[in-house]
Amino acid sequence: MSRIWSFLTATRGSGRLHWTDWVSYGYLVLGILLMFGPVVWLVLSSFKTQNELDRFPPRFLPYAQETMELPGFDEALPLFTVTEGEYAGEVVAQTRRAAGRAEIVLPVDPETRIRLQATQLEPIERIAFATENYTDLFERFNFLRFLWNSTFITVTATLLMLLVNSMAAFALSKYEFRGRTGVLLIVIGTLMIPQTVVLVPLFLIVTQMGMFNSLWGVIIPGAATPTGVFLLRQYMITIPDEILDAARMDKASEWKIFWRIIVPLSAPAIAVLAILAIMWRWNDFLWPLIVLTQSENFTLQLALNSFQGELQTDWTSLLAMTVLTLLPIAAVFMFLQKYIATGIASTGGK
Amino acid sequence: MLAILTPIMRIIEIPMLALQRLLGINRLAWVFLLPNLVLFGLFAFLPVFLNVVYAMTGSDNVLLVDRPFVGARNFGTLMDCSSYLDPNTCREDKFWRAVWNTGWFVTLQVGIMVGFSLLTAIILNRDIRARGFFRSVFFFPVLLSPVVVALIWKWILQREGLLNAFLDWTGIGGINWLVDAQWAFTWSVFISVWAHMGFYTLILLAGLQAIPRDVYEAATMDRASPWRTFRKITLPLLSPTMLVVLVLALIKGVQTFDEVYAFTGGGPGTATTFIIQYIYEEGFAGAPRLFGLAAAASLLVALVLVLLTLVQLWLNRRNVDG
Amino acid sequence: MKKHILLTTTLAAGFGLAAGAAAAQEVRFMCYSDGNECEVYEDVLSRFEADNPDIDVEIDVVAYQAILENLPVQLAAGTGPDIAKVTDLGGLNEYYLDLAPYVDRDYWAESFGDTLDWYRAGADDDGIYGMHSQLTITGAFANATLFEQAGVEMPGEGATWDDWAAASRAVAEATDASFPMAIDRSGHRVAGPAISYGAQLFDDEGNGQLVDEGFTAFSQQFVDWHEDGTMARDVWAGQGGSTYQDAAQEFINGELVFYYSGSWQVNRMDEQVGDFFDWQVVGSPCGPAGACSGMPGGAGIVGFEQTEHPEAVAAVIDYLAQEDVYAEVTARTRNLPAHLGVASGGVEFEGASDAAQAALNAFAADLPNVSPIAFAYQGYAGNRAMFGITVERLSQAIVGELSVEDAMTRMAADLESAMAESQ
Repeated sequence: MSRIWSFLTATRGSGRLHWTDWVSYGYLVLGILLMFGPVVWLVLSSFKTQNELDRFPPRFLPYAQETMELPGFDEALPLFTVTEGEYAGEVVAQTRRAAGRAEIVLPVDPETRIRLQATQLEPIERIAFATENYTDLFERFNFLRFLWNSTFITVTATLLMLLVNSMAAFALSKYEFRGRTGVLLIVIGTLMIPQTVVLVPLFLIVTQMGMFNSLWGVIIPGAATPTGVFLLRQYMITIPDEILDAARMDKASEWKIFWRIIVPLSAPAIAVLAILAIMWRWNDFLWPLIVLTQSENFTLQLALNSFQGELQTDWTSLLAMTVLTLLPIAAVFMFLQKYIATGIASTGGK
Repeated sequence: MLAILTPIMRIIEIPMLALQRLLGINRLAWVFLLPNLVLFGLFAFLPVFLNVVYAMTGSDNVLLVDRPFVGARNFGTLMDCSSYLDPNTCREDKFWRAVWNTGWFVTLQVGIMVGFSLLTAIILNRDIRARGFFRSVFFFPVLLSPVVVALIWKWILQREGLLNAFLDWTGIGGINWLVDAQWAFTWSVFISVWAHMGFYTLILLAGLQAIPRDVYEAATMDRASPWRTFRKITLPLLSPTMLVVLVLALIKGVQTFDEVYAFTGGGPGTATTFIIQYIYEEGFAGAPRLFGLAAAASLLVALVLVLLTLVQLWLNRRNVDG
Repeated sequence: MKKHILLTTTLAAGFGLAAGAAAAQEVRFMCYSDGNECEVYEDVLSRFEADNPDIDVEIDVVAYQAILENLPVQLAAGTGPDIAKVTDLGGLNEYYLDLAPYVDRDYWAESFGDTLDWYRAGADDDGIYGMHSQLTITGAFANATLFEQAGVEMPGEGATWDDWAAASRAVAEATDASFPMAIDRSGHRVAGPAISYGAQLFDDEGNGQLVDEGFTAFSQQFVDWHEDGTMARDVWAGQGGSTYQDAAQEFINGELVFYYSGSWQVNRMDEQVGDFFDWQVVGSPCGPAGACSGMPGGAGIVGFEQTEHPEAVAAVIDYLAQEDVYAEVTARTRNLPAHLGVASGGVEFEGASDAAQAALNAFAADLPNVSPIAFAYQGYAGNRAMFGITVERLSQAIVGELSVEDAMTRMAADLESAMAESQ
């Protein structure tokens, strides 16, 4: 206990907590609630049945009503506690309910049917995670195929993007050449074009290039992002030119300088960009929706949205699928965030 | 990973070295730029060029060959207003409502988001315990897809949602958040800040950590107040990073679409309809598809963004060249 | 799959067919589900594949959004599927494959009757393009338990929208129900009531028109009902654009007295309401203009002209159109049949409770009340534009951004410019 306390109160070396430390920790704890809370709610909701989802007020944990098999009835009957009247406190099984009146039986005497007001009955419930929301998914479609497609697109597109963008950023930050400002403006200009507004022309171009219904039709158009170039370029500028000059003195080729010096030194920025790229491609929806129409090419996001019909949405499956698609990316983040931390720490002190 | 990449890089080095000898070091820059520029050309500028053609043609046909030339008519339709301040007097009232909504949204969202990101980055930059964990906490929402962000908050904020259940329980009483125009707008700003703040926090944090410690030590020696240190040292040294953050936040803010669209659908009425949603609905989701109008609107938006960015770059002109 | 091809090859060789014809023809079927439709098609078509080893049907289940927004673009670019389940029946006509040369015209005309018109380009088009796979009709659900608790008599046959509004308000006041009434946020849903209020929806030349006396009267009433709290604001005011929004959750939670939606909600009500309360289908109330019309609707299966295997496509759709297959699919998906033979034979819906069976029958019985205008509107190529405009502008009037009068002016102008662009 005392260790936890000392862990929490440890501060800028002095041992006593300055008021700014209190404020900082308060802010951070609030941050946990606000940032994680909604996601926890999502995960819990994914274990609920449709009825439980529609319920108001919503409950934190998923519940299901207790049932009991009784002789003479085909199906298990829901159990209730009687709140008032002759049978107050008794546990009863309901056989039928209509228009505010319920027909019940006592478990000890399933023959005798008793009529009560429905308001006198309180359902008996227990916590029950509706894991069938998840298991049904695997039966319904080829989950592994979709997972593979999503993974392939994400990994390939990310690697391609990191390479192409860091090469461009290197050229824009470490070379003096005519037209540099022009190219920089082009990059920033590209930022102004969200994919949503060029969906149709882009679709026509990709179709013309024969990439319709091919995973490459999703991978290649996203490989050059202005955000990536801009981000990396701003970071690479801070790398001192002297390091490059020293390497050139040693007769290192420009490609070697790029690959052996610039890329490792830009690791923190590249790690950030990698996370972004993975996230973008993994979560991509509108674009794959129009380029990929055959189920063997579907990504997880497309499968996830196929639960939305014209008039009905299969919420239980959709929520479960949402949580499943969230897991890999959360795992990747856990892994990469270490690199961001160490990367920043190692370059920060210089 | 590195084991696979190293031989690939070695192989690329061979043609690169040849090119370096051929072109000289400075012109080699173009070789580094080439793949990126080719991709930009094909998948960013060619579509925009096609958009220009769409903007100057009419009808609801997808293929350009089927579309009759109409000149600037689509731009005329968009700009046909007796007063730009009152969308009701405009022919395309939805466009102008979207323009004004976007203007307000961006002002609030960028201001609040950059403010909170900076605050969070400064706190995370302090010598606190479990810094990696807290950094992850604030970054986490960035990982969620826009649709999931909208889904989560919709479930919390709908009339029968978690927040109202909580307010009922405390006795304050619930509010029908998403039916009230002002609240729906406020929450749209909120969820958009919630979803993107982590990204900017991370960039700012990297910028803060790049500031050499000795500068602060000097300030401590001079007994400068924390506020003064912040204003005179932190902010100026952070300004290159701040430029990235502001430029990106502004552009992404204007382009806000998916999460708010999935959250409120642009409602109530048109209270949270932003410019990209207008373009998407006119040109893609609606019937008939008015590609021309949508393309014209997208070009106008791009023009405004270019102007805004140029202003920002000009204001920061000392820093942009590093 | 491998076995499949092998078998085909052996057969083809046996019959001395050319090798080129031996490869299985792959037919792509783009499907979306509101329930279990795609699963049932997959199952039924696997039997078809067994009978026709040279045809391989691949079902691609997509989000409805892909059918509505992306399919038309893909068709225009020549990259569409071979078969699809669509809802924009008249709007996609230019891409349809005419099945007439491949199927028994008399059987189709007899079985599908007037719904074939929905897929046609106009009056002088007699092609057979689509099989209406599920018929829907709009209508109202009433919470009978709430009526009983409130001691209010439920309005009977021939009751008007006013009668229902008054009764629902009385019930909501007397019980703890939050809302008297709700109508789904959809231009399709309000079309029925609008027609009952006298909206004509077409001008003298048969072109779509929204704003007339009847439509304005309904819009005014609808907006007034939102102002006085008769209608649940959440549904129309809680969304923007032309986004669809239903009020099923409110009805299921017993908070809504009268809910105007349609036959497709029966399954959900059946499964989720259970014995929580009694609900009843009460059809479409009448308007001051005398009509008591709902809107028919639904989805159909069509083939596209750009397919490489028109015969195979026609064979697949024709198979689904056969009376026994259609009856089976209808029973398993619990939809109303558009196939007249199946409908007249009566359908025993699989796994449906008595209440659901009764509800579906009640909806089916309401079909004769559908006005010819509503019927024509459902097959009109410009109806998606009209639905969208209705929702957007009516919502603006409801939240107070526009007066009803301005909303009507805007609707007329929107429709005019839409028409001008889509000759």
